[in-house]
Amino acid sequence: MVFKKTFSILATATLAVGLLAGCSGGNKDQNASNGGSGGSSGSNVIKIATQTPLSGGSATLGESIKLGAQLALEEQQANFEKLGFKLELVPYDDQGDPKKGVANAQLIGADKQIFGVVGHLNSGVAIPSSEIYEKYSIPMVSPANTATDVTDRGLKTVNRICARDDFQGPAGAKFAIEKLGAKKIFIIQDKTAYGSGLAEAFKKGAEDLGAQVVGFEGITVGEKDFNGVLNQVLAKKPDLVYFGGLYTEGGQLIKQARDKGITVPIMGGDGLDSSTLVQIAGDAVKNVYMTSAAGLTTATDAGKQFAEKYKQKFGKDIESYSAYGYDSMGVLLKGIENAIKENGNKLPSRQQVAEGVRKVQEYEGVVTKVSFDEKGDNKYAKIYIYKFDEAKYPAKLEDEVSKQ
Amino acid sequence: MIEQVLHTLPQVLIDGLALGAVYAIVALGYTMVYGILELINFAHGEIFMTGAFVGTAILLTFSGLGWITSMPAIITLVLVLIVTSVLTGLLGMGIERVAYRPLRNAPKLITLITAIGISFLLQDLVRFITELKNGNYILTGPNLFNKQIGIEASSILSVFNDASVKSSFFIVLGVAIVMMITLDFFVNRTKWGMAMRAVAQDRETAALMTVNVNKVIALTFFIGSALGGATGVLFAVQYGTIDPYIGFILGLKAFTAAVLGGIGNIRGAMFGGILIGLLEMFAAANLPIVSHGVLGAEYKDVFAFAILIIVLIFKPEGLFGKVTVEKV
Repeated sequence: MVFKKTFSILATATLAVGLLAGCSGGNKDQNASNGGSGGSSGSNVIKIATQTPLSGGSATLGESIKLGAQLALEEQQANFEKLGFKLELVPYDDQGDPKKGVANAQLIGADKQIFGVVGHLNSGVAIPSSEIYEKYSIPMVSPANTATDVTDRGLKTVNRICARDDFQGPAGAKFAIEKLGAKKIFIIQDKTAYGSGLAEAFKKGAEDLGAQVVGFEGITVGEKDFNGVLNQVLAKKPDLVYFGGLYTEGGQLIKQARDKGITVPIMGGDGLDSSTLVQIAGDAVKNVYMTSAAGLTTATDAGKQFAEKYKQKFGKDIESYSAYGYDSMGVLLKGIENAIKENGNKLPSRQQVAEGVRKVQEYEGVVTKVSFDEKGDNKYAKIYIYKFDEAKYPAKLEDEVSKQ
Repeated sequence: MIEQVLHTLPQVLIDGLALGAVYAIVALGYTMVYGILELINFAHGEIFMTGAFVGTAILLTFSGLGWITSMPAIITLVLVLIVTSVLTGLLGMGIERVAYRPLRNAPKLITLITAIGISFLLQDLVRFITELKNGNYILTGPNLFNKQIGIEASSILSVFNDASVKSSFFIVLGVAIVMMITLDFFVNRTKWGMAMRAVAQDRETAALMTVNVNKVIALTFFIGSALGGATGVLFAVQYGTIDPYIGFILGLKAFTAAVLGGIGNIRGAMFGGILIGLLEMFAAANLPIVSHGVLGAEYKDVFAFAILIIVLIFKPEGLFGKVTVEKV
């Protein structure tokens, strides 16, 4: 019996040692190959990484950012060739998962030829990953992260070209009051960090503009019956209902509100921005407004041209964030170019590149103009307001509100 | 203040009844299984959810074939209800056979954990299939009963505001009442019902009196699950959109309703369900008014559960529960 036990322990130990040995061997190989490629391609290669979800539920959006960035990089290749540098794109898949994002960020940090990152799609991934970028001084330009914490931590390397969440609420309030003439507003939120944050911001914005908030109520995520809250809405007779939350509850709420005969405009944030909202609410979605940090790319001539180029090259239609991927890469490359020039046409350090990116001013992209402020937020970022006129996705662009 | 509460009262009652009827029938499934096996079948909420998905899938197939427009909506509904309840009934029987019967003599806690495991399994199975077929696990079914009916409550009492009802409300309430009455009749007036009550009281003695215990337990699971599945269909008809996670919160509340009414007691479960539905709706609509804005509508669940705690303090066996009398 004892003998048997010893034997099994021995066997396990052997297996474990074997596994470890296998692992370390693999690592050595990897290091060797990294070193090798570095040596052979010389020191004039500048790699730019993208970190977006390329697999999983939001792969469509993640890939569209990558493709947009790829298009911008390829267009700039000739320009950088003249300066004596070779541009390369290294796409990483963060799977929309913070753990994976951080692991990739470590790999990116270890690759000395990477001078910048375009990403991420999810704020939850961008925040921990950017701590690693900061450690290695790799500049990040985000196309899509709207959470306030992304730039509020005061990191030197983190920049974004889209708007902030805390601007979405006030922008929505401004539109509701000035354009829709709302005076009595009923606010419903879903008690999540996103939903109640947005609703609070909207409430403050609305009260500052002189509207009366007649109700501020919460619902529970996962429930399907919101008639109780809607009975309150019915009793208060507001002329606008604002919802801070996501499309699942939003769609149900809109449908039940219309069933109850609440016909006033309903407004929400980018959490409603999904084709599923239209599926759930059906015809009830008419007269629903939503604010979003993503602009309609095809609203301008430059945007239309971009959409055509994109379609021609990749055989796909653009998504809402394709052009933001393109512009993020554009801004990043602009910053690198400036850093190279300041460094006397020699390869700059990562710190110099990060400073160069932060200094970018008045960059004309296809969807947005970019000037970074001291925190890395874009001064020209806009909030776009969409309206559903019929049960069809996407909604119609109604207005845009800019900070300045 | 009272006037404000009265204004919305008719509408609140209607909405509360619709929600309460759903809670009540789901609570029946909990209470029946508990009565007979002393097992809290946490998978019951998921059987309800599966029923909603099966029903919606059938409805979507019908509308794909163009049958919905050619058939009266009520016949379609009855058809879907029957097919779904047979399917979920068999599902419930299968779960009992595979997961609970081998553990019948194991400690209660083990069966309870198994039930939780089954509920995760069902959730992800349904999500997987739906995503495969639909590309998205949130499913919206066709609208069967969408007519709005105005009720002129103000003509009864002038403080009332007029209420409006979706026609599906009557369907939900009607079907729920029919199901509850049938079940009550079945348990109290038929031979099989008597066997069920006998097994609930004392399994061994019932077996000695030539009651086939395994069969009776299987039947209990069939009926409970069939009712749960049918309620799922009613839910899908009333609210339109379903996802694989609707069973969790609803199951929890239905279980609460069963406890409130006295777990193991069928009439208690019905009453408890309707009471919880009404309380919840009333709280959601009136808490801010009654508390002068201190408590918002989000505290409706706290309110409903506080009532539960108060009831259980004074009557631990629940409103209808009697300490020794019949349990099924």
